[in-house]
Amino acid sequence: MADAAPPRFGVGDRVRVRAATPPGHVRTPYYCRGLVGVVERLCGAFANPEELAYNRPGLPAQPLYRVRFKASDLWPGYAEYPEDVVEIELYQHWLEEAG
Amino acid sequence: MGGLPAGRVERDEHEYAQWEKRVDALMMLLSDEDRQLLKVDELRRNIESLGADAYDRMGYYERWMHAIVQTLIQRGVLSIDELGRKLEELEGRGG
Repeated sequence: MADAAPPRFGVGDRVRVRAATPPGHVRTPYYCRGLVGVVERLCGAFANPEELAYNRPGLPAQPLYRVRFKASDLWPGYAEYPEDVVEIELYQHWLEEAG
Repeated sequence: MGGLPAGRVERDEHEYAQWEKRVDALMMLLSDEDRQLLKVDELRRNIESLGADAYDRMGYYERWMHAIVQTLIQRGVLSIDELGRKLEELEGRGG
């Protein structure tokens, strides 16, 4: 997409999902907000669905990342399979550097 | 909804009623390249803004129908008055 924000994160970067709760249509699941994961891949850039939901263009397009979380970080008490992971596709404007 | 806690997933199959197929077709036609009267994101926003009670009470295609109507009102495709009059006419027909 020509009108796209440049990617800020690379594969392997640790990122924290913002813990915001804006109204409207948001594609960031509640259960991962505020948590840290690792960028698994960049999926491309797509018009921001939060803006599309109000029939606006959603540009510049936001890079979309597949972020890997430990299942045990998402769900307290998830101890049976400690190596399990969950991958969630998240837009760049929901992510910040986790250091 | 949105990753909130919920009960078990019910894995049953069922036949679709004729009206459900019509709602599906309506959605496809309104959102196609030629018309572009509705985006899937608008549909989702209007479904999510139902609130938990109505969301749980309504069936899958009832939620779609609600969201299609809301989007068309928001876009100015349908007016409230036009919709009210048509519904009044249809209710009269059933009696």
